[in-house]
Amino acid sequence: MFSYYLDLALRSLRRNRVLTALMVLAIALGIGASMTTLTVLHVLSGDPLPGSSDTLFYPQIDPRDMDGYEPGKEPPRQVTWTDGQNLMRAKRGDRQALMTGGAVPVQPAQSGMEPFYGDARYTTADFFPMFKVPFLYGHGWSASDDESKARVVVITRTLNDKLFGGKDSTGQTLRMKDLAFQVIGVLDSWRPNPHFYDVYMGNYAAAEDVFVPLSTSRDAHFDHNGSTDCWGTGGGDQEHAETSPCVWLQFWVQLDSAAKVASYKEFLTHYSQEQKSLGRFERPPNVRLPDLMEWLDINKVVPGDVRLQTWLAFGFLLVCLVNTVGLMLAKFLRRAGELGVRRALGASKREVFSQLLVESGVIGLAGGIGGLVLAFTGLWLVRLQPSNYASLAHLDVKMLLITFLLAIGSTLLAGLLPAWRACQITPALQLKSQ
Amino acid sequence: MDFAPILAALRRHRTATLLIALEIALACAVLCNACFLIASRIGLMQIESGVDESSLALIRLDCDDCNSSDLNARVMAALRAVPGVQSVAAVNTLPFGERAGDNGVTIDREHYVAVPHFYLGGPGAAETLGLHLAEGQPFQPEDFRTGDVWVPADTPVWISRTLADKLWPGQSALGKEFWVTDKFHFRVVGVLAHLVRPDPGGTRGSGAAEWSVFAPMAPGKVLNGTYAIRAAPADLPRVLREARDAAQKASPEAVLDLTQSRTVSDLRSDFFRPSRIMAGMLVGVIVALLLVTALGIVGLASFWVQQRRKQIGIRRAIGATRQDILRYFQTENFLIVTGGIAVGLAMAVVLNIVLMKFYELPRLPVAYLPISAVVLWLLGQLAVLGPALRAAAVPPVVATRSV
Repeated sequence: MFSYYLDLALRSLRRNRVLTALMVLAIALGIGASMTTLTVLHVLSGDPLPGSSDTLFYPQIDPRDMDGYEPGKEPPRQVTWTDGQNLMRAKRGDRQALMTGGAVPVQPAQSGMEPFYGDARYTTADFFPMFKVPFLYGHGWSASDDESKARVVVITRTLNDKLFGGKDSTGQTLRMKDLAFQVIGVLDSWRPNPHFYDVYMGNYAAAEDVFVPLSTSRDAHFDHNGSTDCWGTGGGDQEHAETSPCVWLQFWVQLDSAAKVASYKEFLTHYSQEQKSLGRFERPPNVRLPDLMEWLDINKVVPGDVRLQTWLAFGFLLVCLVNTVGLMLAKFLRRAGELGVRRALGASKREVFSQLLVESGVIGLAGGIGGLVLAFTGLWLVRLQPSNYASLAHLDVKMLLITFLLAIGSTLLAGLLPAWRACQITPALQLKSQ
Repeated sequence: MDFAPILAALRRHRTATLLIALEIALACAVLCNACFLIASRIGLMQIESGVDESSLALIRLDCDDCNSSDLNARVMAALRAVPGVQSVAAVNTLPFGERAGDNGVTIDREHYVAVPHFYLGGPGAAETLGLHLAEGQPFQPEDFRTGDVWVPADTPVWISRTLADKLWPGQSALGKEFWVTDKFHFRVVGVLAHLVRPDPGGTRGSGAAEWSVFAPMAPGKVLNGTYAIRAAPADLPRVLREARDAAQKASPEAVLDLTQSRTVSDLRSDFFRPSRIMAGMLVGVIVALLLVTALGIVGLASFWVQQRRKQIGIRRAIGATRQDILRYFQTENFLIVTGGIAVGLAMAVVLNIVLMKFYELPRLPVAYLPISAVVLWLLGQLAVLGPALRAAAVPPVVATRSV
């Protein structure tokens, strides 16, 4: 029966090409616009670490003085050196890492290669296992390297290709800021989106070029980049960053069960109280423990423009669908005579209804294909944009399926009313007027 | 024209009528808001920077452990030696360059009032930038001092008019004082007609686009590596090229920042590129939207004309002119579109309120409503013209035929 309906639908669509083309065009434009924006939104609001993002947490505590205190206000979004070290030493999580970003002058040994600034991440040993960072060669450093301020470095694949021609460079020496570092690991391609662990380096920035132990970076006087927030007598001076009342480090902790999350939160409150009684903190304990996805929400990582575009595109799709409803209504009612004959010959309302729905489904499919072409064009245009997320805009299999589901589903929905109206035709009236 | 028969006829085609009206209403809501978004982007893109953009360029050097006063002296001498350079001054950044530093300011040392951007400039910077002082007086030579971390603890400053109005609404800002934390004290000695933040409409929103402070400072540890150069606009591209080479040559230990060392016009154009693209996309959506709406009207109107051929024939046979038939369809379209617009304007306002809640957009100006109403009326009339002309061409003889 389906193939017969399909045949009928194709015949009917061919009979009135202009109207068919109009409907397909409307659906294609609507689907194309919404899928382009939806794909960008999907890429940007995606989970950077699928499978482990719900075990990663970003503790926030409030070490500031009473200046501008308002109860219930959000604590700072980073931690001080002292608190970071204390939380690291407490080792209450399954894994924990303290980190910050910076830029270091890299001095290639090869002649003919100019020194350049590389983006750097100064962090602690757990960074690599905690964030499931893939290694091409070698491995990360150990906690004892952190302790001993070891001159070791982990570099990205891109930098390895640039400096060592892609060969296994572990054991080689890399000079940075006039100091020699031993390469102990080379990362495989790794670009978590968004750049969740430090949103101050650009939300969709690529991973850093070099990774150095945090203690070593302080020892080597590497420059720190990113946000530094000070209060009281803090001046943001890099040399005294360890002691000044400034937050400039990110602290992540891995907690594998709900019970551990609850007890970690308790620990943070307890820690704040203890620090207050020691006189370091002035404010009453104010702690938060958002998980990775909540943390991205708090930071409003997805650009407002992108959401706005998605809204507008769906408004546009709605207009296109209403338009299609109207056109289909016109088309189906125009065939009142033909439908009357079918009804008189014994087709039930139900059969006429499904026949008409098959016809709208065909329109939806054609519109979906057109929409897909438009979405590919749209994404290509997005990729030409200069914003740092633009290069990520690609249609994956999931979005491809959604495109067709959206196209066919919405067209079927649009076909419901016209098909229902067409079923209400009284066969006798139609036959008489012939 | 008598509306009664038209309304009576529409009542028999309720579904189709409502569909067209709904389409018009949705189009109206999206159109108003999209146009408004475009206009606010364009408005921001035309913001007055307050500096002589066409004759300014920025040179930035990155350098760790450079002897700052030595570097400043060497680079500035080298830049001054480039033929065509009218003046050179040390600055921390320029409008549309990289953000150098936002600081929350307080008047009573307790409650933050605004978070302006702080521009720092060495001797001659105000003249090089071409800042126009609306009130107040120029800086004195002794105002240019060095600092260890940031500006000296007591600094006379110029602020933009917008910031002055924010800090002291309805009062003259001259002689007033403000603080950053309780260490840095500032006294306003001048008000600038305009001075835009490096990222207008960026991190701090479009309301704060002109919240800027301009503070004098001697080149040294804090103010080093970034220079504004001034040259005749026609000369500027060549001067910049030579200045880049000269700066790199004068400071072999530093790295020239190529993305920042450009003319201010280029920096501006780059800064607004995303806005331009967004505006372009919105224009595309609007065009597609109007097109789809118009095509929908054409489709439905054609269907109606075909359905009513016999009635049209009868009307023509009993004396209606072509003109009457044409008017009939035009009036019908006008009535439907008017209904759609009435609902659409309400929807536009609601949509704007929703968007305002989530995206910090300003309120939709009332002027957009009548404009988009007129656009949709014209669109409706244009779309219905073809089918209506075809209806008017139906000969009276049709009345005598049985289909």
